[in-house]
Amino acid sequence: MTRRSLLALAACLVSSHAYAQMGGELHFCLRSEPKTFNPLLVSEEGGETIRYLTGGVLIRVNRSSQELQPELAVSWKILEGGRKIALVLRPGVTFSDGTPFSSEDVAYTMRALMDPDLHSPTGDTFRSGPGSLDVKVSDPYHLTITFPAPVPGMERLFDQVAIVSAHSPHKEAAFLGPFCMAEYKAGSYVLLRRNPHYWKRDNAGRPLPYLDSVRLDIQNNRDLEMLRFRRGQLHLINNLDPELFDQLAAEIPSSVHDAGASLDSEFLWFNQVPSSPLPAYKKVWFRSQAFRRAVSEAINRDDLCRVVYRGHASPAAGPASPANQFWFRAGLKPHAFDPQGALHRLEHEGFRLDGAVLRDREGHPVEFSVITNAGNKPRERMAVMIQQDLGKIGVRLNVVTLDFPSLIDRISRSFDYEACLLGFLNDDMDPNSQMNVWLSSASSHQWNPNQKSPETEWEAKIDRLMKAQASVSDPHKRKASFDEVQEIVWDEAPFLYLVYKNSLSAVSAMVQNAHPAGLRPQTYWNVERLSLVSEVARSR
Amino acid sequence: MKTLRQFVWGILILVFSASLLAGLLAPTPYAQQFRDSTNAGPSRRFPLGTDELGRDRLSRLLYGSRVSLLLAPAAALLATFIAALVGGVAGYLGGWRERLIVRSIDLFLSLPWLFLLITVRALLPLNVSPVASVTITFALLGLLGWAGPARVVRTGVRSLTSSDFVLQARACGCRGSRLLLMHVLPNLKPILQAQFWISVPVFILAEANLGLLGLGVAEPLPSWGNLLRGLENYGAVRSNPWTLAPVVLLVIVMGSLQLVFPGEDYS
Repeated sequence: MTRRSLLALAACLVSSHAYAQMGGELHFCLRSEPKTFNPLLVSEEGGETIRYLTGGVLIRVNRSSQELQPELAVSWKILEGGRKIALVLRPGVTFSDGTPFSSEDVAYTMRALMDPDLHSPTGDTFRSGPGSLDVKVSDPYHLTITFPAPVPGMERLFDQVAIVSAHSPHKEAAFLGPFCMAEYKAGSYVLLRRNPHYWKRDNAGRPLPYLDSVRLDIQNNRDLEMLRFRRGQLHLINNLDPELFDQLAAEIPSSVHDAGASLDSEFLWFNQVPSSPLPAYKKVWFRSQAFRRAVSEAINRDDLCRVVYRGHASPAAGPASPANQFWFRAGLKPHAFDPQGALHRLEHEGFRLDGAVLRDREGHPVEFSVITNAGNKPRERMAVMIQQDLGKIGVRLNVVTLDFPSLIDRISRSFDYEACLLGFLNDDMDPNSQMNVWLSSASSHQWNPNQKSPETEWEAKIDRLMKAQASVSDPHKRKASFDEVQEIVWDEAPFLYLVYKNSLSAVSAMVQNAHPAGLRPQTYWNVERLSLVSEVARSR
Repeated sequence: MKTLRQFVWGILILVFSASLLAGLLAPTPYAQQFRDSTNAGPSRRFPLGTDELGRDRLSRLLYGSRVSLLLAPAAALLATFIAALVGGVAGYLGGWRERLIVRSIDLFLSLPWLFLLITVRALLPLNVSPVASVTITFALLGLLGWAGPARVVRTGVRSLTSSDFVLQARACGCRGSRLLLMHVLPNLKPILQAQFWISVPVFILAEANLGLLGLGVAEPLPSWGNLLRGLENYGAVRSNPWTLAPVVLLVIVMGSLQLVFPGEDYS
């Protein structure tokens, strides 16, 4: 055997060993303190991270393929038009404290989740009608759950339901996920240790997870997070800012990952609330479809993506981003940048360009303000760019940054604003989770919330379509209804969708098997298969 | 010391002149975005490079200096005027009325001014031009920044009203406003001057702090506050050191003001 082939064999041995190396502690940051460790009450990012790492779920949405995959439920069947689900559970699974897992635990979890007194945000997503839940346990591995009304996309909702133990003496210390809680120091860190009873095994039959522990440092400062990543003290960064992403790309190109469009979008809307304290002529502008479309066509979305997001974003057309593979309406294109076309549209509506100032039919100069939350640099920059774009068609835009509570007060209580630039952070791909945005009676129907009855025909049509998609279980029928909603929204432009942000993350070279995805949690969605190689092994 | 002061005066005059002549000296309009030249380094076209939206940094620095250097003294003047009024009345009246006013000043000083400023700003009308917004920001700073100087003025007036020359004036029959205007106020001038010059850098820094929070001067108008926001990203500053120009100018101007108008001479 030659020296070269010996070296190659050694390299193969090292790499195969590194691929499945057991042990080690994965480090990354939580950007906020977890508000609760109760998986049924989680409502924010910190808590969701802990739930994802420690909770065992019946059905998991694969973050890479977006397909449903069996976890604690080996199979399931949706019955009675989406009202009922029959589950077959995985046998031989135990909680981290050794208590066996059975149908009783699922029944206990679902009853607790749907208890109106608990006010569980996860439970609310299953609540589609009045009445109570009925759970029938046939044997330790078979049960059926019947909801009072059909729950569209029900199986996907189980991705958020971490099963808790019905019989463990210490319920809060019994976990079915890959890790269990070990230590928590408020304001400092959360330490999770390997669940010795975790049920998954790798292809070679070795128990998962490969890691011994995960340490989550509670750290809100992005610069410090970057510094610690550069020093090798952190292994992962999720949701990187484009600016920091490019800096890191210049320093350690192999560490950064742009997984393409995320589910998050940024958009602008006009205040169309009839009772808002705005001058009557401005209400007329904002309620005019032609005005909204003209403003939309005067915005250069390509520049927003290129300048503000440094190319890590794409022009947006509607509520579902391309990352949402099933619900995305591929035929819709973003409103084309066409200032001349925008001016023609406005002229048809009675506006006229007087020198460099656009005036309406009654001679009022077209000037309005856009509010956004202070401290969000991409939004502030987008607003300033839109200011210049609209200046070209004679519209004067005033950019106002407000602290978040003041902004929320204006858009949801006093309605004392003209336009607002904000974004959606989407976790759920199903349009059902957006019912509170699209229904005209909903409180988050931002341009004109809480309507007693739809004030426009197109809003009435959206109401009908959203209710229709929620009342059937056939995904293709639902998709047809939601496609129509997306077309109406594109045409009427109550929200001027600006950009879909890309999913940017960083993964240390010490982490093996990481495949960052567009959906949250981007980098550690397959945490049980992540492993760490030591510096020594890496340097070989 | 005299030479140093002359040198420092020279620097201040230079900076003030450059900011006043921004319209002539700035290579491009401060708001114009050159979107194909974002984050550019220094060049003949853009001597201090461009910012993240492709705006010329030198033009923005010149106009931003004008905003901060003109409006901070205006706010300081307003604060000093209110301080003179409140502190003067308290010191002159004495007794329970003085105690009441002093307690009110203490109460005002105990307010978290930053949050107060944020709240007041949030209540203002939204549709104001950037120029109006900057004026409002500094007016608010002036209206909220009088309490500290008022205490100093009150102490000064107390000391003056019990001085020998005021006693002599009283003995000669001088009373009320004549005593205040002819004898107390002229002797209060050094204190008021000191308070004014102390307030100027305080307000410049306060606007800079508000700008860092994104609550200062409205875009696209530049000020030192919103120019400093570009320095939040340490990594970017390290690779583009010319972005430190606003900090360098701020330090030079603040240091110069302290050297030219040393507050400890009066307070």
